[in-house]
Amino acid sequence: MSVPNQSPVTSHFSQSTSPLGYPTNLFAGKETFEGVNETIGSVVLRDRQPRPWWIGFIIAFALLMVLFLAISWLLIRGVGIWGINIPVAWGYAIVNFVWWIGIAHAGTFISAILLLMFQHWRTAINRFSEAMTLFAIACAGMFPLLHLGRPWVFYWLFPYPDTMKMWPQFRSPLVWDVFAVGTYFTVSLLFWYLGLVPDLATVRDRAQKKWQKVFYGVLALGWRNSAAHWQRHQIAYLLLAALATPLVLSVHSVVSLDFSVAQLPGWHSTIFPPYFVAGAIYSGFAMVLTIVIPVRKIYHLENLITLRHFNNMANVMLVTGLIVAYGYFIEAFMSWYSGDIFDQYMMTNRVLGPYGWIFWLLMLVNVLIPQALWSARVRRNLVALFLVALSINLGMWLERFVIVITSLHRDFVPSSWGMFFPTIWDWATLFGSIGLFLTLLFLFIRFLPMIAISETRELVAEPQKAMTL
Amino acid sequence: MNKEKPFGLAAEFKTHEDLLRAAETSYAQGYRKMDAYAPFPIEDLARALGKRNRVPLMVLIGGIIGGAGAYYMMWYANVVSYPINIGGRPMHSWPAFIPITFELTVLCAGLTAFFGSLATCGLPKPYHPMFNLPEFERASQDRFFLCIEADDPIFDATKTREFLQRLNPLNVAEVPK
Repeated sequence: MSVPNQSPVTSHFSQSTSPLGYPTNLFAGKETFEGVNETIGSVVLRDRQPRPWWIGFIIAFALLMVLFLAISWLLIRGVGIWGINIPVAWGYAIVNFVWWIGIAHAGTFISAILLLMFQHWRTAINRFSEAMTLFAIACAGMFPLLHLGRPWVFYWLFPYPDTMKMWPQFRSPLVWDVFAVGTYFTVSLLFWYLGLVPDLATVRDRAQKKWQKVFYGVLALGWRNSAAHWQRHQIAYLLLAALATPLVLSVHSVVSLDFSVAQLPGWHSTIFPPYFVAGAIYSGFAMVLTIVIPVRKIYHLENLITLRHFNNMANVMLVTGLIVAYGYFIEAFMSWYSGDIFDQYMMTNRVLGPYGWIFWLLMLVNVLIPQALWSARVRRNLVALFLVALSINLGMWLERFVIVITSLHRDFVPSSWGMFFPTIWDWATLFGSIGLFLTLLFLFIRFLPMIAISETRELVAEPQKAMTL
Repeated sequence: MNKEKPFGLAAEFKTHEDLLRAAETSYAQGYRKMDAYAPFPIEDLARALGKRNRVPLMVLIGGIIGGAGAYYMMWYANVVSYPINIGGRPMHSWPAFIPITFELTVLCAGLTAFFGSLATCGLPKPYHPMFNLPEFERASQDRFFLCIEADDPIFDATKTREFLQRLNPLNVAEVPK
């Protein structure tokens, strides 16, 4: 298409700052329609990708191959290749499942809840975090299936008229999980794709090469930006956001019920649902930051993703992190206050037992280090913020390790106590799943517009929406 | 170029304010079969063109069907088809049925929102006459279009063109079928 010499909308912005010293505008100041189309749309149409993209993709792809190897060996030999046994029957598979599904939550939080709250600053990061949600759910969903032992009959979990004349046990939280995670993935996929359709049309109309025109043309479904399209698209998008919002609260609550419905000390706790949801948002924002900070640098998106975004995300992490810390405190308090010897021993064992060092590491990386976010200088320093985010990613994984493994390994009867040691295949599956996640993310960045182009154009046309409240 | 009637006449505008004003004027003039094209959603534009939206009602119905269906399925499975007595607890243990009822309500409403909005837009649709307009690809970039279709009862090739010219467009072009 012909690129106009003069931008159709000249800058409405004057450089003003809010009391905290951040620009009051979403954008650095000089965005135009064409500037937005070019900055975001050109990334996917460009032939050559920057070198960091290739390096990242190759590493991610290698890890994905490790995952395939680990899964193949699992299918040949069975779950015995993992470190799980009695009493620790839920090993890394469940730790990883809960970790990944938690990471997914930030995407829905950013795109759905902030949309409903008219937080227009979300525009620069929502598409990206929605994609992250999808890929994280894909990674998460894989683990319970692999943990089944016979993954090829996973469909027995669904209610369908089978020849065994059996139904799933609908009173079990594990079956609730199937529906919760399945619904979460489906609704996230629809929400993400519906938001993408107008942008795919933009890319289709900018494409020069035949394959690009066909590829994006098919994906855009014939979208032609008509007022009727926009009307229905906007209401459907809003409704999907409204439907996805309770899912943020319900999915991790249901996951936490897998634990708290059981009578095991360390699992049987009423604080679990809210504490899991806060932890999910906490870890999800940490993952968004871990990925957005390098991507912004590589693709020069400094004008679209500003320090204000980082500041806001850091604030969300600080708040949810404090809720998580409160959860740790209440768990410890309740086990003492309950007067129940098994519960009291669970807590002693968690802090001073053979896995005690993991508990203290958890306190360090998930409670202590994130307190640095109180400082505005840390929130605006991307290197520091990146390190804090990495620390939280590790911390949230350790949290699930503490919950799953230290609770299981010593329960009521000392004669049935045991230890859990991960095998090489446990690690291969964990790092392999990171490979799957990153491979999908790199392909997403390469082939689909990673920032919502049409929403950004809307902000260019109506800059008052981009202002701070 | 064949002699048959064109699809319509399209006026191109520079800003969304111009387009909205043009849409309101055209509706007041009595035009009904028309559509506007813009690179981002414009508040009130569809209403100015008299477009109706049935998606919310469809989503409500979808959600109700999903929720009621889910609850019925669990009741049927655990009370009628395959009752299991667990510690003498009631067969119809409704609190345990709530999570899945909720999840399937959301799932069915979400599927209805997605497929309902596509269906009411007539998508997927690989061909549409508007794509014949050479400048039309800028509707997804930075330009705003109003197209009055030839099927409109008061469409007249010359009069409608004159009318559109008065709306302060960048230019007016015929959209071939």
